[in-house]
Amino acid sequence: MTLSTETYGELQEIAARYPEPRSGLLPMLHLVQSVEGRITPEGIEACAELLGITAAEVSGVATFYTMYKRRPVGDYHVGVCTNTLCAVMGGDAIFERLKDHLGVGNDETTEDGKITLEHVECNAACDYAPVMMVNWEFMDNMTPETAMQIIDDLRTGKEVRSTRGPRVVTWREAERVLAGFPDDLADEGPSAGPASLVGLGIARERGWTAPASEQSGGSGRTADTKEEAVEQADTSRAESETKQVDDGTGSDK
Amino acid sequence: MSTTPEKTDDLVTVTIDGIQTSVPKGMLVIRAAEQVGVQIPRFCDHPLLAPVGACRQCLVDIPDAGNGRGFPKPQASCTLPVAEGMVVNTQATSPVADKAQQGIMEFLLINHPLDCPVCDKGGECPLQNQAMSNGRGESRFTGYKRTYPKPINISAQVLLDRERCILCARCTRFSEQIAGDPFIALIERGALQQVGIYEREPFESYFSGNTIQICPVGALTSADYRFRSRPFDLVSTPSVAEHDACGSAIRVDHRRGKVMRRLAGNDPEVNEEWITDKDRFGFHYATEPDRLTYPQVRDEDGSLRPASWTEAFAVAARGLRAAGSSAVLTGGRVTAEDAFAYSKFARVALGTNDVDFRSRPLSAEETSFLASEVVLRSTVTYADLEAAKTVVLAGLEPEDEAGMIFLRLRKASTKGTRVVSIAPYASRGLTKMSGQLVRTAPGAEAAALEGLTSHAALRDGSSLASSGTVEIDATAVILVGERLATSPGALSAAAALAARTGARLAWVPRRAGDRGAVETGCLPNLLPGGRPVADPAARVDAAATWGVEGLPEAPGRDADAIVAALRSGELGGLVVGGVDPDDTADPAATRAALEAASFVVALELRETEVTRLADVVFPVAPASDKAGTFVTWEGRPRPFPAVFAKPTSLPDLRILSGIAEEMGSPLGFRTVEEARSQMEEMGPWDGERAALDAVAAPAAGSTEGLALATWKLLVDNGSMQDGDKAYRATGRAPVARLSRATYDAVGPTVTLTGDRGSVTLPAEPADLDDGVVWVPANSFGNGVLADLASPGSRVTVAKGSDS
Amino acid sequence: MTDVLTPVLTDNWDAERSWTLASYESRGGYAALDKAFGMAPDAIIDAVKESGLRGRGGAGFPTGMKWGFIPQDNPKPKYLVVNADESEPGTCKDIPLMMASPHTLVEGVIISSYAIRATKAFIYIRGEVLHVIRRVQRAVQEAYLAGHLGTNIHGSGYDLDIVVHAGAGAYICGEETALLEGLEGRRGQPRLRPPFPAVAGLYASPTVINNVESIASVPSIIANGHSWFASMGTEKSKGVGIFSLSGHVKRPGQYEAPLGITLRTLIDLAGGIREGHELKFWTPGGSSTPLLTAEHLDVPLDFEGVGAAGSMLGTRALQIFDDTTCVVRATLRWTEFYKHESCGKCTPCREGTWWLVQVLAALEKGQGTEADLDLLLDQCDNILGRSFCALADGAVSPVASSIQFFRDEYVAHLTHGGCPFDPAAATVFAPAGATA
Repeated sequence: MTLSTETYGELQEIAARYPEPRSGLLPMLHLVQSVEGRITPEGIEACAELLGITAAEVSGVATFYTMYKRRPVGDYHVGVCTNTLCAVMGGDAIFERLKDHLGVGNDETTEDGKITLEHVECNAACDYAPVMMVNWEFMDNMTPETAMQIIDDLRTGKEVRSTRGPRVVTWREAERVLAGFPDDLADEGPSAGPASLVGLGIARERGWTAPASEQSGGSGRTADTKEEAVEQADTSRAESETKQVDDGTGSDK
Repeated sequence: MSTTPEKTDDLVTVTIDGIQTSVPKGMLVIRAAEQVGVQIPRFCDHPLLAPVGACRQCLVDIPDAGNGRGFPKPQASCTLPVAEGMVVNTQATSPVADKAQQGIMEFLLINHPLDCPVCDKGGECPLQNQAMSNGRGESRFTGYKRTYPKPINISAQVLLDRERCILCARCTRFSEQIAGDPFIALIERGALQQVGIYEREPFESYFSGNTIQICPVGALTSADYRFRSRPFDLVSTPSVAEHDACGSAIRVDHRRGKVMRRLAGNDPEVNEEWITDKDRFGFHYATEPDRLTYPQVRDEDGSLRPASWTEAFAVAARGLRAAGSSAVLTGGRVTAEDAFAYSKFARVALGTNDVDFRSRPLSAEETSFLASEVVLRSTVTYADLEAAKTVVLAGLEPEDEAGMIFLRLRKASTKGTRVVSIAPYASRGLTKMSGQLVRTAPGAEAAALEGLTSHAALRDGSSLASSGTVEIDATAVILVGERLATSPGALSAAAALAARTGARLAWVPRRAGDRGAVETGCLPNLLPGGRPVADPAARVDAAATWGVEGLPEAPGRDADAIVAALRSGELGGLVVGGVDPDDTADPAATRAALEAASFVVALELRETEVTRLADVVFPVAPASDKAGTFVTWEGRPRPFPAVFAKPTSLPDLRILSGIAEEMGSPLGFRTVEEARSQMEEMGPWDGERAALDAVAAPAAGSTEGLALATWKLLVDNGSMQDGDKAYRATGRAPVARLSRATYDAVGPTVTLTGDRGSVTLPAEPADLDDGVVWVPANSFGNGVLADLASPGSRVTVAKGSDS
Repeated sequence: MTDVLTPVLTDNWDAERSWTLASYESRGGYAALDKAFGMAPDAIIDAVKESGLRGRGGAGFPTGMKWGFIPQDNPKPKYLVVNADESEPGTCKDIPLMMASPHTLVEGVIISSYAIRATKAFIYIRGEVLHVIRRVQRAVQEAYLAGHLGTNIHGSGYDLDIVVHAGAGAYICGEETALLEGLEGRRGQPRLRPPFPAVAGLYASPTVINNVESIASVPSIIANGHSWFASMGTEKSKGVGIFSLSGHVKRPGQYEAPLGITLRTLIDLAGGIREGHELKFWTPGGSSTPLLTAEHLDVPLDFEGVGAAGSMLGTRALQIFDDTTCVVRATLRWTEFYKHESCGKCTPCREGTWWLVQVLAALEKGQGTEADLDLLLDQCDNILGRSFCALADGAVSPVASSIQFFRDEYVAHLTHGGCPFDPAAATVFAPAGATA
């Protein structure tokens, strides 16, 4: 099976967004997933050919990033966060329950091809823990029961909406958006979930604001030299690496 | 790309383990430490690869970076350049550095199998050695190790044991940075990271064996050597590779009279630390079952029978005397000493200048060119290629025909050298050198070379037309391949271009002995040391050194004329060594000449159709069994010692001297040493050189069919590549390359028909002119010359059957 | 006296359709851009320097100084790359910012690019946040249509293009040079420095890489003046930042406050720790910053204060764990994360995390001996500062700090023959009052 001419054209279109075409590889592989349902040899070869690199180099990239899948993904990719905070808050229990319920293990797809279950790392929604992602849409504040309900709705074809986004599209459709071809759902869903607004709400309640702009303070300048800046910067690595600037790049000399 | 700075007077003073030393600015700490005798352990570091800092084994303590402040944590010495006043404490003096190194070593070993007793690398393993010198005796790791199914073939030749790999990425970096063949890459991530290929695209690189050699563990092995030997059972002898004119330093590892493997030697001026796979794996030809081991003479019943050396010498001498006029044909694979013997044998024993080493298409123009522009000249070196602004290639595909020139040019191209190739299409090799194509049909090379002087724009549609003109001046180098002999006027045009622009010119032959044969006068117009046959003073000079009355005055016949004269009966006898009729300009004519000759003496390594036709057959020693000298394309002599001392395996020169003595015209040497001292005694000719008989390019000829372009691939059916199936399987599949339009009309399989036959091959489109087809010269059947047509001639193309 | 909470970046998040250009502009959005175009690029760099803004992505390097490193005499194009690869466990501020107000980021990108004289900018967003990517894609599209992007922006003669680039799942791409590798279509493995990105970054050209929140802070600094920004925060940690509270507090969420606020204040605002439980340990800035405990409740949450307490401010990702949480389980899970996310390039990270996980997993099951704790600490010593990038430094933070504060709990696993905690008790859906 080879990719369609249209897909080839879109792959080229992605590469053309960048000053150097190889920059398009990550979104190109997302596009391959959207048309092929996974990273296929044909997709790898097409990317290699279009970018003038070897298929081994494309493979190296395709196997580095966890969103690229070598086995076919179901219509819905369900990711349960089991990084520490979500796991403690219930993610582990949710993941176990879904495994039992679906009869699949991690990174496996149900026989009907509907659901691929995976435990995922921190998805930057810790204030909504435990968090589940369906085709990379947020499903906030899950319990085993609400998570199972969502799974069942997905399997029976009921419309499922993200708690902070639109109705859930298929995994392939989602991958197309990641490839840089928007789907016009940006305006769906709220501005923010409740947890995102909790501090703002308190501030509104109590009349707290940032100072008005005319209020003047002293110079905020905190560091006059690189070394001083480095001393203040927060990691030892940053420190040692930045100090080399002196001897290496001479960027301010 | 190299991490060893160029020579510089700009020195900085650093203190390493309390020893103050001055080293070039920019040098990496790990190498500066070597200068004071401190070996910092390392794995990913390699002096010819860009620094990467991945393995972290070389951590050292830097209490003062040269600015009065130290680094709070140990630093990788393989990525840190020295700075004035820097203080470095290595494991020798710093407990912090020592603990850091031991910690890294412990980490490396937790996932490394303890299979040293069965690992090929055991005994010469940097991991094993440095674990002993810089590691802890006992592991604290009690968990489970990462395991993989046992080795996978990443090519037919190279196998990968992933669990032994420590992920230093030397192999992948070599393939990307040096060879330009990133068919291996790091795949997966984290602890599961591994070296891998794309399943449908194996690691088929002409230089793949180098990755095995630089692997610091036993992760990469060759099908050829795997499980064959232990390093401590091997004896190593330095040598020089015999497969091309590059003169690569190699190390021959042998055991009980048998070569077990060959490795790249380290010669910064020539091959740096790399060799081609042909040089590495191509040694089994010497132990093939058809190897000749004793002399044979033709019996009264017409069959060849074994003979003693003395009988064979006598029979050969008698036969040559009886044959009347005789000639010498020798292939280009003999050493300079052997070539000297052939040259002298022709003049002194046979009394003729009918001697030629060119067992391949040639021309009178080339004969003249070799005498006027090549012999005794050493105007271009590998280093010059790196320094040149522009290098023009004509009739030369370095990746296939001179691998070390290719690697050097590729390196040069990353530093700004522009490579311009006069060729039928942009080969992969040219692309890897970011080279510029001057697309040229066979026969049009002279015009293309002339076009360069006028700074003409590149031809329309060439792959890099945007770069405009090709300006050739004194900073340029012109490399002409031996194939240019088949393009009338091209060598003359190259010489004229060099003369007009001041660019330096070098001739690049394909075989290891070619340049030595030029220098020693295995040519109808040259005596040893560049003495022109036509120059009476030169003849007298040579005759005087040799202590003979005089030397034949008549100009000799070249190989083609020798063939013709044998067929016509003008010549009767032939001494032939190392010639494959299928390599010659007209294989059928050469065969006919061998049959027509009244007496043939063959000196050969293995049984061939030549030995089957010969009247006396002498076995000769392969390069491993004799000392000798190959002269590189640069004109650099590369002497090497014998790997084995085998009393019955004699160099060509010993056999020729035996025959000459029987003929009453002794050569005056019997050993390589004696031949060498005679060559030295003779020295180079200091008289006038012959002038070039320039040839004008002919007007365009027939335009029927397609012009045939061809050259030999690095890995092909050459007989010196026999004996290693895995090696041969890494070669490129033979295809016919056609222009897109022709391909669309007749592809994907084509039948080509020339005046010598037809071949059917899979086709591939390439950026050729519509009127040109390219095929590999010796990758199918008996090769292009025997089965299809001569290079440059016209062939017809038709849709091939797919059977 | 500045108010306790000071919404600046979060201030429009409750607006109707806040993500749209119309909403953003109705609140004065893109006015800072005009002000910026009235300034010389160097004046903007100076203003950001004067504001005291320090990188909001974790390391806290002064943003204006980073911009000043760009060699303007270098003939190559300059690039701005926004690091929107928010993946540090506990960190969840950039994602809601881009979801609710992507135009704040886009305006920041335009001003910042103008300052460093870049005509092409990239927003590298982790791939796992589909709706956020939609919103940013849409915002960029709207900005083009409104003339905020493209050629001759606002008639200034300045041109800028923005490419929104989705990542594909790799925590390491939060490291700026690994991000550049990803953006160049390669494996996200960190690059050797020097050269630093400011000199040779994207396509070996001078490149500034900044966190979303840093760039999003720029419009307010330009609009209100650097002194306004500097008037908030502490002496060396100026301005406001978003503090993300998660875990066992009553009201987890985003709290935007001047740097230097304490966790005690934040927990109070969040309604306290879960009913019936006490604070046990917390991360000040994500899992890569060493754990702190209840004794650190009054540490000023600024770069210096947290540093003095033995940890790092990081991304102000305050993950709060109460007494139902097993610290060994938490540490093991984080360590598994680092093992999973190790790029594989360097030995101590790749092999060290492999080994740490095995030792911790055994300990969690009650296997091993107390000597394994010293082994763990020695492994940490052999990893910390020995690796190629800071990922491995982060990996040892929870291990070393949890042993430091909770050695007894590790030992309890050994004496108990396994984990003494009930994981169900720690969940949000645990019955009220459940205890470990």
